[in-house]
This record gives sequence, structure tokens and C-alpha cells, in this order.
Amino acid sequence: METYSFLREFADSWMLLVLFLFFVGVILWAIRPGSNKTHRDTANIPFRNEDKPAASKEART
Amino acid sequence: MLNYIKLIALGLITLFAMIAASYARDLAYQVHAIIIMAVSAGLFLWTLRNTDEPVPAAVLETSYMDGVVRYGVIATAFWGVVGFLAGTFIAFQLAFPVLNFEWAQGYMNFGRLRPLHTSAVIFAFGGNALIATSFYVVQRTSAARLWGGNLGWFVFWGYNLFIVLAATGYLLGGTQSKEYAEPEWYVDLWLTIVWLAYLAVFLGTIIKRKEPHIYVANWFFLSFIVTVAMLHVFNNLSIPVSIFGSKSVQVFAGVQDAMVQWWYGHNAVGFFLTAGFLGMMYYFVPKQAERPVFSYKLSIIHFWALIFLYIWAGPHHLHYTALPDWASTLGMVFSIVLWMPSWGGMINGLMTLSGAWDKLRTDPVIRMMVISLGFYGMSTFEGPMMSIRAVNSLSHYTDWTIGHVHSGALGWNGMITFGALYFLVPKLWNRQRLYSLSMVSWHFWLATIGIILYAASMWVTGIMEGLMWREVDANGFLVNSFADTVSAKFPMYVVRALGGVMYVTGALIMCYNLWMTVKRSPAKEAAVSSAAVAAE
Repeated sequence: METYSFLREFADSWMLLVLFLFFVGVILWAIRPGSNKTHRDTANIPFRNEDKPAASKEART
Repeated sequence: MLNYIKLIALGLITLFAMIAASYARDLAYQVHAIIIMAVSAGLFLWTLRNTDEPVPAAVLETSYMDGVVRYGVIATAFWGVVGFLAGTFIAFQLAFPVLNFEWAQGYMNFGRLRPLHTSAVIFAFGGNALIATSFYVVQRTSAARLWGGNLGWFVFWGYNLFIVLAATGYLLGGTQSKEYAEPEWYVDLWLTIVWLAYLAVFLGTIIKRKEPHIYVANWFFLSFIVTVAMLHVFNNLSIPVSIFGSKSVQVFAGVQDAMVQWWYGHNAVGFFLTAGFLGMMYYFVPKQAERPVFSYKLSIIHFWALIFLYIWAGPHHLHYTALPDWASTLGMVFSIVLWMPSWGGMINGLMTLSGAWDKLRTDPVIRMMVISLGFYGMSTFEGPMMSIRAVNSLSHYTDWTIGHVHSGALGWNGMITFGALYFLVPKLWNRQRLYSLSMVSWHFWLATIGIILYAASMWVTGIMEGLMWREVDANGFLVNSFADTVSAKFPMYVVRALGGVMYVTGALIMCYNLWMTVKRSPAKEAAVSSAAVAAE
């Protein structure tokens, strides 16, 4: 099979499936149980460390 | 030691630029060689004076690197005014062709100034805004100083050198005739180097972050940097005719070249003007509203949806061309699906204000951010609609497209950038507040009414022109000649230019206000004094 036809066939079969499953996986990962607490913490990042870098990972607040 | 290597490299570049300037085959290349020669000779002297001097104490990791952000803010405001002025001038040129002066023919006519305008607003104004805000945001949200030391400065100055080379090149005729990718091969190579340095600085800062998670704004900025690198390299694959000339030949030909160009062109909109500016939005809107983003989950889902969909939307620029139907249908379908993640971003930004809507009455800066989200929602609805083949047959090649682009660029990109500048200047120069809020209000209304005049007149003229082009009489002959549409469009062209005048006036008021904020606003009192009061 010539390269064009091969790539074309691969793109609208296996690659499409992989990308679609990845996307579904992202949604499931985002709404997984227990993600609320992490997301609340992450969403508040802009309100910390406004003036200077954190000294260590523990002292990030 | 490093300085000796730098001196050798700069010396060689200066020497080569001298040779190139004298062998140059065209004017654009010659002027560029002289600019490069001057810049590298200047850097050579500057490096020489600093070599073997005592090295200043190692940069403290206890502070953020804000100097480069300050320069970025100034460059953004400066290039913004330049780009808006150029745009207003060419709008008047379209209405009054006599402004294509005879004495400046070949340098300042519409065809030369138009790419100068588009690149000045997209790459100079938008690009500097993105570099400055991404450097500001990535440091704060990673709780770490910018990685790479002076590499951040290299990115800033290198990018602005690229802009100067691009702008002078357009005026002197050095262009490869690809929309939004006009600069010739050596300017493209330079931008590639600068962009990889930008990626390194940004990624390096994320890698050494103190926060366990990467804040969503950084995801958007990162996708913008990575995708633009990829788009830029593929769309500019070309072979120079001579190393001493600016002319190059594209590697792709015919419909493949057109497809690669619009794959680039549409993703420049999708990743430069959307993903990058959404990164800005996800930091500055929560900060100005003083509350976290409405839904962090929605931000994750709409980020990935946007990334997965945008990359396919390019072919809708090539309906009814030699491009195969399946490809243009694919582009159309993905453009329509794209409506959803776009509105996901708009809803997320707007709903961040839920419970704080009263701020709209008192804070003109947040008003600016909200209207930018409104324009974002409007133009991301209009875009998918225009990508539908049947609509496109009416709208394509008309001024409707130009109206659409400007409601997105002036409304969304411009307004969110102004909001970010109003937020940043008092922080960066350590001021308590802006010099004048009523000036911000003036800017807001001038800009908003200016955009409405612009978009409305372009809708009218675009649809009128599309209908006139397709009008046939009972015998199937076309009714109107092209010149008929041109004369019918005159009043709308004048209104459009007036809208531009209002927008640029607003931007000048902003520059004055920001300047006075730095000069006159009271400085923020150091934290020490309040601590002292508490101790008593």
C-alpha cells in the first residue's frame, strides 16, 4: 500500500480511536471521585505567593 | 569563559552581516544585514565591557524576575499604538485611495502597510503581551523564579528584533506572501531560535515549581508555545535562492501549500490568539474578581477539547477550491464542534464573577475583562457559522471576514490585554492603584463603541458585497461589476475608519494613564511599616 493510503486509513481508524479514548479518559479523570479537593486547592494557586517565590514545597502558602 | 565564546560568536555574526550587506541581492536583505550588523556589534562592545568584571552576587531565588515583564508591558503598549495607528491609516486608505501617496509608492501603499498592520497587532502587540503575561503568571503560579537567568531577556529582545526585521521587511518588499507568515527565511530561522528559548524558559520554570499542580493558565500558555513552534516550522519550510538574498521558494506546492498555510493560519488564531489569551484570562479574571475560577473541572475539559478540535479547523478557509471535499467538510465539522469548548471558556470566565457582579459597577478594569469575554463568545459563535459551506459561499472574500477577525482581535484580544495591563502596571511598579479610573472608563467606552462601529459596518458592507457579487438577471448575467461594489461600500468604509480612530484614541488614553500611574500614583507602603504597627 502506498504511504498516503496507509496513513489515511490509519488516521481514520486506530489513531481516531486512540485520540477519542484519550479525550474520554481526560473527562473521566477530571470528574473522578475525590478530585474536588485537589481542584479547589489548584484553583486557589493565583491567590498565593504573589510577591515572592515559596521557599520550599511545604511553605507554599 | 562564556563571555569569550559570546565575543567570538558576536564577532563572526558582525563580520558575516558586513559581508552580506555588501553582497546583498535586494534592498530588504541589505537593510536587514545592516540592522543585524549594528545589533551584534553593539552587543559585542557591551559584552566586551563586562568581560572579566567582578560577577555580581548570584541572583536571589527569593524574588521574582519582573524586570523583563516590565519591559514587556511597555513594549505591548507601544506596539499596540503603532499597530492600531497603522490599521486606522490603511482603513482611511481604503476609503480615500488618494492616501496611497505617489511619492511613497512601493513603500507606504495599502499592499505594503497591510501586513505591517496585521503583524504589528498580532505578533508585536499580542506576542509581547503573551510573553510578558506568561512570564508573570508562570512565576506566581509556580511559586518559583523564572528559569534560565538572562535567557528571559534574550527571549524579550530577540522577539522584538524579529518584529523590527519583519516590519522593515514588509515595507521594503521582503515577503514570502503567506498570510500572517510573511517574513522571509532568515527571519523565520531567527524566530525559531527565540521561540525555542521561550519554550525552555517557560518549561524550566514549570519543572522547578513549588506548587504540586500546574495551574490551568500554564497549560494554555504551554500549548500555545508548543503548537506555535510546530506551526511556524512546517509553514515556513522553504529553500533560500541565495544566502545573500531574501527570496526563498516554498517546499510545498499548489493545494498542499494552501492547506499547510491555512492549517498554520487558523491555528495561529486558535493557539496564538485563543489558547494564549485564555491563559491570560484564567489568571487575571480570577485575580481582578478576587475569587477562584468558576469550575476547575470545566477548565480542564474545555482545554483538552479546544486542543483536540482546533488543529483540524483550518480547511474551512479553502471551501470551493482545489482542496478535496472531504478535507473541507472535515474542517467545517470540526469548526462547528469547536463552538462548544469555546463557549466553555467564555462561561467559565463569566461565571467566575458570580456573586461579585456588583464589581462591574465600580471597577472598570473588570468591565473590560467581561466585555472581552463577551466578544470572545460572540466571535467564536460567528466563526463556526461562517465556516459552514453555504454561509461561506456568501461571506468569503467579503468584508464580513474582516469584521469577524476584528471583533475577535479588538474585542477579545485587545480588551483582555488592556485589562491585564491595568492590573499589571500598579503591581509591577509597586503602586497602590491606577492613576485614574475615569480614564479607564473613557478607554472602555471609546474602545467598545469603536469596535461596534467597526463590526457593524463590516457586516453591512460584507453581506451587501456578497449579495451584489452573486446577483444575476433573468438571462443569467451578473448584474454588478466589481467597481459597483467598491463604490457602494464607501460610507461603510468611512464608518469603519472612524471606529478605528476611537479605538486608537482609547489606547492613547491608556498609555497616558499607565505612564501617570508609574510617575504619580502613591507608592505602595512597604510591609514593614504595617508589621511595626501590629507590634506596638
